[in-house]
Amino acid sequence: MSSVSSSAYPDTKEPAAERTPRPEWPLWEIFIRGQHGLNHRHVGSLHASDAQMAISNARDVYTRRNEGVSIWAVRSADIVASAPSEKGPLFDPADSKVYRHPTFFDIPEEVGHM
Amino acid sequence: MAERPSTDEALFEYLLRLGDNCLILGHRTSEWCGKGPALEEDIALANTALDLIGQTQLWLSLAGEIEGKGRTADDLAYKRDAMDFRNVLLVEQPNGDFGQTLVRQFLFDAWHLPTLQALGDSSDSRLAEIAEKAIKEVTYHLERSTDLVIRLGDGTGESHARLQRAVDALWPLTDELREADDIERTLAGDGMAADPDALAQAWDTHVSNVLSRATLSRPEDGHGRYKGSGKRGRHSEHLGYILAEMQFLPRTYPDASW
Amino acid sequence: MYAQMVKTDGTGIKSSEQMTPEERAFQERIDADSRIEPKEWMPAGYRKTLIRQISQHAHSEIVGQLPESNWVTRAPTLERKAILLAKVQDEAGHGLYLYCAAETLGISRDEMFEQLHSGRAKYSSIFNYPTLSWADIGTVGWLVDGAAIMNQVPLQRTSYGPYARAMVRICKEESFHQRQGFHIMMQMAKGTEAQRRMAQDALDRFWYPALMMFGPSDADSVHSAQSMAWKIKIDTNDGLRQKFVDQTVPQAEYLGLTVPDDKLAWNADKFGEGKGGYDFSEPDWDEFFAVISGDGPCNAERLGARVKAWEEGAWYREGLMANAAKQADRQPAQAAA
Repeated sequence: MSSVSSSAYPDTKEPAAERTPRPEWPLWEIFIRGQHGLNHRHVGSLHASDAQMAISNARDVYTRRNEGVSIWAVRSADIVASAPSEKGPLFDPADSKVYRHPTFFDIPEEVGHM
Repeated sequence: MAERPSTDEALFEYLLRLGDNCLILGHRTSEWCGKGPALEEDIALANTALDLIGQTQLWLSLAGEIEGKGRTADDLAYKRDAMDFRNVLLVEQPNGDFGQTLVRQFLFDAWHLPTLQALGDSSDSRLAEIAEKAIKEVTYHLERSTDLVIRLGDGTGESHARLQRAVDALWPLTDELREADDIERTLAGDGMAADPDALAQAWDTHVSNVLSRATLSRPEDGHGRYKGSGKRGRHSEHLGYILAEMQFLPRTYPDASW
Repeated sequence: MYAQMVKTDGTGIKSSEQMTPEERAFQERIDADSRIEPKEWMPAGYRKTLIRQISQHAHSEIVGQLPESNWVTRAPTLERKAILLAKVQDEAGHGLYLYCAAETLGISRDEMFEQLHSGRAKYSSIFNYPTLSWADIGTVGWLVDGAAIMNQVPLQRTSYGPYARAMVRICKEESFHQRQGFHIMMQMAKGTEAQRRMAQDALDRFWYPALMMFGPSDADSVHSAQSMAWKIKIDTNDGLRQKFVDQTVPQAEYLGLTVPDDKLAWNADKFGEGKGGYDFSEPDWDEFFAVISGDGPCNAERLGARVKAWEEGAWYREGLMANAAKQADRQPAQAAA
């Protein structure tokens, strides 16, 4: 049985008041529903300065071969995913379309926003 | 369609203008390959260039057909000298920094889309067909360039300054986009091409609106009168160098096919 | 092969007894062809090796745009111009997918760029060679993409999920790259005398650098053995190189071009039991090591171009971040946090 884990880095979350521009664009996960598709599929990620730019970039990066019509963009850090079971390495995700969630390894501060 | 030599000649000239604009701007944009300011932008620039080269093939092929001398799109692209090119001066300007490239693209897109939209209603179905194909692509070009101009105009002090410099430098060349000549008026009169006054108005409205949202100031009009006329084959010094590079292989190996 | 000689930080594969229970369970999953996903436990060495390999692969795609974009403005027809532009664009996309895959392991894209620009991270040796004629564009597609594809197709089965998925996407897009190169070669090899001469010259200059792409023999490499145990690496360097030669020589013969190796000969029983392969000369490995250390024909130009693009693009990236922050400030209660 899996449980919902919180954001990977609770102690690196930016305080709401501080919003100075960071040099690195955040990472976004992109989901596309094709013309005849029923669902949005996760196709990959990219960097963009905000949500609208993420969608605009996704049109160029992930639909340049007319692969999709509807695009969703979600900040990677905002994705909450199920944790591997307590049994550790034997957890095998049932759905191959598992979200690529940031790992639970420590990230040095100088690496920046994840 | 009634065969009137003067209309065909006007149409041929007009199609060269459309095709050459796409060719030269597409070529310039492709110079950014692998050198863009971000990976995502590299990909977007390449998409724009690819769209424009595709449109080039359509317009120049039709031009060759109308001319009736058997010239293909490649013949027209690779074997004419500068004085026979009909692109506007704006598109042959150097890329400069990304700001200059972006502003050049934006000022052109703001003219290109309404032009194509009007051509979509052309009395000549061959023009309408090509225009329909291009409208989707150019709608996106204008959306993207508009968005980036607003964001970078209202970004950092530096991004604002670079965009303002580009607007100031390129503004005189927009006269050529906005002023119609007899070829355009003739074709507009026949219902084949866009009404030039409506075009100029659409351009003006959109560009003013975007500059304002981008916190950029609109330069004074009227400084473009003596810059030359790309539409008439009187280009800047830049075009010669573009063609020397672009046309080198077919000219050096005239009997080769590639 | 775009990732050459990736180090694993270890001194060799651990035996079952030497492994901790977690390491043993992890290795069992790999052996069972299970996919490892970002949130799961993995040995530190596995994570580090993957970051190195994936980022080196990504750097290669990005730098690899440059020798080809060198000819975009001189492509001899509108069709060739569009095709080459599309290929170079794909390479940017491939780099992007790979950087994103590496980011799931806990490194940022900016940090990877820093490693590339400072010279700490490498990219494939082949991209330090110049493209001197249009025939080089054909040859790069034919040989360089040909070599890359040999490595990439098996990597679709690599153990790390995000890397495997990136490879699937890349392989789908790659299918036209080699074909377009070979098509150019066909056109030229059967074209005018001048074109044929250009094509032969390109093959003469790119043959050995292409063989070098697979890296030196790794029969004794502890790094290769560990990477293969972890299914980060699927085939040996020598194995891939042999496969490449066996596949490519008949293609050169079809073109009527000569491979610049007078020792090249079909050996019907090279591997025993009737399994044959070409005997061929090894490339000059001194040249290979010199090139990856910075003494190739174009190292300074390639890296210089990437550093310049990055530095000159800083105002653009920062401008967009500043605008995003301004927009967030202007939203009332829905401020992005």
